[in-house]
Amino acid sequence: MKGGIQYDKSGKLRHFLTVEGLARETLVHILDTAESFITFGEREIKKVPILRGKTVVNLFFESSTRTRTTFEIAAKRLSADVINLNPKRMSTSKGESVLDTVRNLEAMHTDMFVVRDAHSGAAYLIAQHVPSHVAIINAGDGRHAHPTQAMLDVFTIRQHKHEFDNLRVAIVGDILHSRVARSQIHALNILGVPEIRVVAPRTLLPTEVEKLGVHSYTDMRPGLKDVDVVIMLRLQLERMQGTLIASEQEYFNLYGLTEAKLAYAKPDVLVMHPGPINRGLEIASEVADGPHSVILNQVTNGIAVRMSIMAMVMGGQAERKES
Amino acid sequence: MGIVIRNGRVIDPANSVDDLNTLFVDDGFVVGINDPPQGFETQREIDAQGLIVCPGLIDIRARLREPGQEYKATLESEISAAAAGGITTLCIPPDTNPVIDTPAMAQMIQQRAWQIGKSFIHPLGALTQNLDGERLTNMYGLGDAGCVGVSNALSPVRDTVVMRRAMQYAATFDLTVFLNSQDPWLRGNGVVHEGEVSTRLGLPAIPEAAETVGVARDLALIDATRARCHFNGLSTARAVEMVAQATHEGLPVTADVTAHNLHLTEHDIGLFDTLCHVSPPLRSQRDRDRLRAALTEGIINVVCSDHQPHEPDAKLAPFSESEPGISGLETLLPLTLKLVSEGILNLPGAIALLTANPASILGIDSGHLGIGATADICIFDWGEEWTFDRQRMLSRGKNNPFHHWLFRGRVTHTLIGGNVVHTRNP
Repeated sequence: MKGGIQYDKSGKLRHFLTVEGLARETLVHILDTAESFITFGEREIKKVPILRGKTVVNLFFESSTRTRTTFEIAAKRLSADVINLNPKRMSTSKGESVLDTVRNLEAMHTDMFVVRDAHSGAAYLIAQHVPSHVAIINAGDGRHAHPTQAMLDVFTIRQHKHEFDNLRVAIVGDILHSRVARSQIHALNILGVPEIRVVAPRTLLPTEVEKLGVHSYTDMRPGLKDVDVVIMLRLQLERMQGTLIASEQEYFNLYGLTEAKLAYAKPDVLVMHPGPINRGLEIASEVADGPHSVILNQVTNGIAVRMSIMAMVMGGQAERKES
Repeated sequence: MGIVIRNGRVIDPANSVDDLNTLFVDDGFVVGINDPPQGFETQREIDAQGLIVCPGLIDIRARLREPGQEYKATLESEISAAAAGGITTLCIPPDTNPVIDTPAMAQMIQQRAWQIGKSFIHPLGALTQNLDGERLTNMYGLGDAGCVGVSNALSPVRDTVVMRRAMQYAATFDLTVFLNSQDPWLRGNGVVHEGEVSTRLGLPAIPEAAETVGVARDLALIDATRARCHFNGLSTARAVEMVAQATHEGLPVTADVTAHNLHLTEHDIGLFDTLCHVSPPLRSQRDRDRLRAALTEGIINVVCSDHQPHEPDAKLAPFSESEPGISGLETLLPLTLKLVSEGILNLPGAIALLTANPASILGIDSGHLGIGATADICIFDWGEEWTFDRQRMLSRGKNNPFHHWLFRGRVTHTLIGGNVVHTRNP
């Protein structure tokens, strides 16, 4: 079934694990709800009682400060009680497994887990093994998906470009290891973006990437030509092992986003980055801080979009608990 | 004890037999076909009318987990599972704990199986000590202790000089080398086929070249040493072509394929189904189709279960952290027969892949049903359609992805050395 276990029997969103397979209406609903939350941050009293009395556990097997913080703020603005955990993962068949950890916390009547793990499929595995009233939100699993990041990215695009059906979007950098890119590609496709491009050296493009619904480029000039949005990905140097890129210098020369390369794109191009940015490696400072950049808007929007998703997956919880 | 197996369709590919026959079994051997020998006393009669009677199946690669991993399975549990699947002879790789790298270990395992008595177990000896890929084992001693070949199992022999000498040394004693040819660097920490699914799920991938580079290296060494070698579990179309070419050139090579690689593809992984985490990985539809064709062309000679039973926790982990392998003894025959239903193989051809062919590769006197043969016999009802339920398997490992598959053909009796060791519950 499309969307699989992410929807309950009545078609309501119950987990948020991946953008793949979700209905366009679901994505639009998330964006519209986020729109209504966006002004909250500017108010004197920033809280709404939507998740009052609920317990949200941020379960980050892979550490992250930024993403965890935005989830924490989002949950607190919805009036939930939030607990942050950063458990050390044991290797298989020694010590406590992922599911043991979740079962223990769930016995303490947790209502929602926000999960990050270094292994693809971890959030999906957990969602398959929790009772029907517990919601799972994927905050990043291995190279597979980072769906809330993708939603805040498309939210930011909609804020500036209003429509999706006339856009060209280029995603540049380490597509191979990027869960952000995979989720962005699904979100942009579902929302009807007619042309999505990925740009990277061939070492960083996954096999048969075109089957995800993108065009691949290895050269920035044609890759960025006439695009409306450029999304730069973070290059994680510790993953490069000396064979995925030859040197930082050559990478920046060829794929780093400079003002000169940005000139290939449309004049009103948006520059985005999921952060944290490596200045001078994938993006030049003058572009990151320049007039086209909406990188800080993304951070602000991240809270509203995560509030929207948390509110939605908890929306049908009472009915599920009864059934 | 005299057993009569009456009026079955006897399919014995080794003797080119496919006829309605009655078999007479006494004292562990087939003693008569249609005519009982003088003085034969019938103590038990099996009415095989409408059933197929064939040699007991030989599974060329099954891990029984004993010794070393009894929390996954034991010889006792797995040998019963084999009998239920019509399997009477098992060949086990040397990667037990401790490793089968000494004659004493080889003998110990055979004795344990002998005590249980429900199947014949033939171990492979280790190619290198403790499978370290560096120091050769006492292969003569291993062969003398009953090992039917040598193998480094899943541990790579990185050093090409070591592999060349291992082949030469094995050939000195006429031992077949069983190869899991994979380039360890290209394989890396991969867990699925490199293709559409690895890209979509973001899982570490094993490229086709991991297999083709490994097979190419080993074929070059076989060409140089003329050692008799068997490729375990081919998974790619290109490797099939390479082995076909080598066979054509007269190199002494044979190959097998796992039953699951003949039916599943990378797409069966769906959303991280760890039951489909296997090594070699499930590959593309094109690869699967080529593997099927290779059976009919005689390039691949054997279908095996590559049985790897696991405790439930081994599969309850994120995909890349779950353990690879399928508990496959009880689906080996049904999956092979499914290729008959689908018109890819004929019945004698399918049975040869599970009996005469593996017997010949292992060099054992088994897999045939002429007069004088050991009475290892599998009887199955080719007409019966049934739905497979993994929770009802006898294997301790329930890790099998064919749950709820509809199969045709079901084992009704299994005989080992003339003893009925399994009867299907009515």
